[in-house]
Amino acid sequence: MNGILTIARLTIREARQRKILLLSMMLGAVFLALFAWGFHSISTATRANGVQAAQVRFQWNVITLVGLYAVNFLVTATAVLLPIDTLSGEIASGVMHTLLTKPMRRFEVVVGKWLGNACILTFYLAGMAGGVLAIARFEAAYTPPNILAGLGLLWLESLVLLTLSIAGGTQLTTLANGILVFGLYGIAFIGGWMEQIGTTFGSSTARNLGIAASLLVPIEAMWQYAATLMQPAFLRETRLSPFAYASSPSPFMIWWAVGHIAVVFLFAVVRFEKRDM
Amino acid sequence: MTDFVIETDRLRKEFGSKVAVADLTLRVRAGEVFGFLGPNGAGKTTSMKMLLGLVHPTSGQGMVLGRPVGDLAARREIGFLPEHFRFHDWMTGREFLVFHGQLHGIERRELNTRIDELLDRVDLADAAGRKLHEYSKGMQQRIGLAQALLNRPRLIFLDEPTSGLDPIGRILVRDIVLKLREDGVTVFFNSHILTDIEAICDRVVFLKRGRVIQESRLAERDRIELELKLGAIDDGLMEVLATYGSVMERNGTTLRLEIPDESCIPDITRRLVERNVPVYRVAAVKRSLEAEFIDVMGEDERAG
Ligand SMILES: Nc1ncnc2c1ncn2[C@@H]1O[C@H](COP(=O)(O)OP(=O)(O)OP(=O)(O)O)[C@@H](O)[C@H]1O
Ligand SMILES: [Mg+2]
Repeated sequence: MNGILTIARLTIREARQRKILLLSMMLGAVFLALFAWGFHSISTATRANGVQAAQVRFQWNVITLVGLYAVNFLVTATAVLLPIDTLSGEIASGVMHTLLTKPMRRFEVVVGKWLGNACILTFYLAGMAGGVLAIARFEAAYTPPNILAGLGLLWLESLVLLTLSIAGGTQLTTLANGILVFGLYGIAFIGGWMEQIGTTFGSSTARNLGIAASLLVPIEAMWQYAATLMQPAFLRETRLSPFAYASSPSPFMIWWAVGHIAVVFLFAVVRFEKRDM
Repeated sequence: MTDFVIETDRLRKEFGSKVAVADLTLRVRAGEVFGFLGPNGAGKTTSMKMLLGLVHPTSGQGMVLGRPVGDLAARREIGFLPEHFRFHDWMTGREFLVFHGQLHGIERRELNTRIDELLDRVDLADAAGRKLHEYSKGMQQRIGLAQALLNRPRLIFLDEPTSGLDPIGRILVRDIVLKLREDGVTVFFNSHILTDIEAICDRVVFLKRGRVIQESRLAERDRIELELKLGAIDDGLMEVLATYGSVMERNGTTLRLEIPDESCIPDITRRLVERNVPVYRVAAVKRSLEAEFIDVMGEDERAG
């Protein structure tokens, strides 16, 4: 237990020392400033044109979801990159030799690193998504429905990637791990679209392939689920928004994602325990 | 409990088809400074890693501090300085020691006292506030050594602790090891710098291609070989000489005699003169570890 906490603290301190926290906060601030500026100019234009109330709400929802979509992209990319070398890098440099000869079990290192990175990621997601929502609230007094559930899903999605990235690091070099996890990311992404397009055009093969990809890496499905939840029913049904998905994910995917994290994590612990340093 | 701090039985490690360690069978006594010698690639580091639980043996058994290799409880009493170590170099020297002390679960106040003491011992007290990436190689080696001593280990593994150090740094490391021996700590030491080994080890084993091929007590290596070139040798003379030491080699009228120390050389000379034996040469040689190393490794060993 002592080992887990010491390693988790180290991970957070290291992110701070290596300027990772500072950079992501600075870029996040630039992103939010840009978003606020865009939101503001659209809301000014809307007021000038005197658009109808219902249509305005539709518009606010789409803009907010665009913001969250970008946040989702940034957070998932961070989830892959942040821990990408945390194990492989320390194995290669030999730092691991001094850690693993201390009186703690190997799994404590994996758990500690996972926890530390998960904390950073949670903080980042909360800051970015919170910023987007605050801007929508401030500029237009608008808040999409089900935000807690929606953000919870995005959080789960980032943890899926974080866990994959850590698990890859127990076996692969940093570069190979990056290639693997981004490859899986790409597969999930294209799978998500195939599922939608397959559903729209009635191709069950495309749809099933898409679902299979989502099961392999349940990330795009998490976003689609979150986006579906965070839209008013009217928008979803009329499919006027770009985020109104033809095939809405089933709640089963949440359990699948949780199970996915657990299995991949277990794999990471076992592989790390077995390998030679 | 046995007196052995390390006891292994046919430990073996294969990496795929490559046999890194073929058969490691050895015993190290408590309080011993144990030297591990062998050419590059002989399997010294891999052996050490097996004893530390970093590398899982393919077969064989080993006990360290009375527990199976890699045991968690044993690690509380073990210190380790790896061969090619890099630490979290964004830390200052002190932060680094605090972090490793925390991993040992040492209580903070006690840890601070211990760190001050160790920084003094490795002569880095004034560099404690600097970041590790600003440290020279010698400083990194010394802070690494301090790290290995944090938990007051009963057994410490040092993988080439003196490589890359200047003579002053080497003497500092040597003195630390000698002090550890005084305190009864067992030191498992691996180096290519044979003068260091000669200066501090009680016993060495030679490893070749993953096998222990010879063991040697350095204390016994104080014995001297006396080379005598004489005019004539008879049985009576041989009997006299045998009272001083053992005759190792006789080649015509040239003899090699192993004697315990040089105090008997004048005596031997006098006896020869008394017997009217012509003496052409009396030469005392102490074999260097280097000569022994080359001998033991054999002609076929090339730089690996
Ligand atoms: N992880 C590994 N995978 C494959 N081969 C390895 C691995 N580690 C070591 N070896 C091989 O095992 C042999 C023994 O290596 P080891 O590092 O133990 O030697 P050493 O005696 O410490 O050498 P040196 O004096 O150069 O440090 C070498 O031939 C090395 O190439
Ligand atoms: Mg080595």
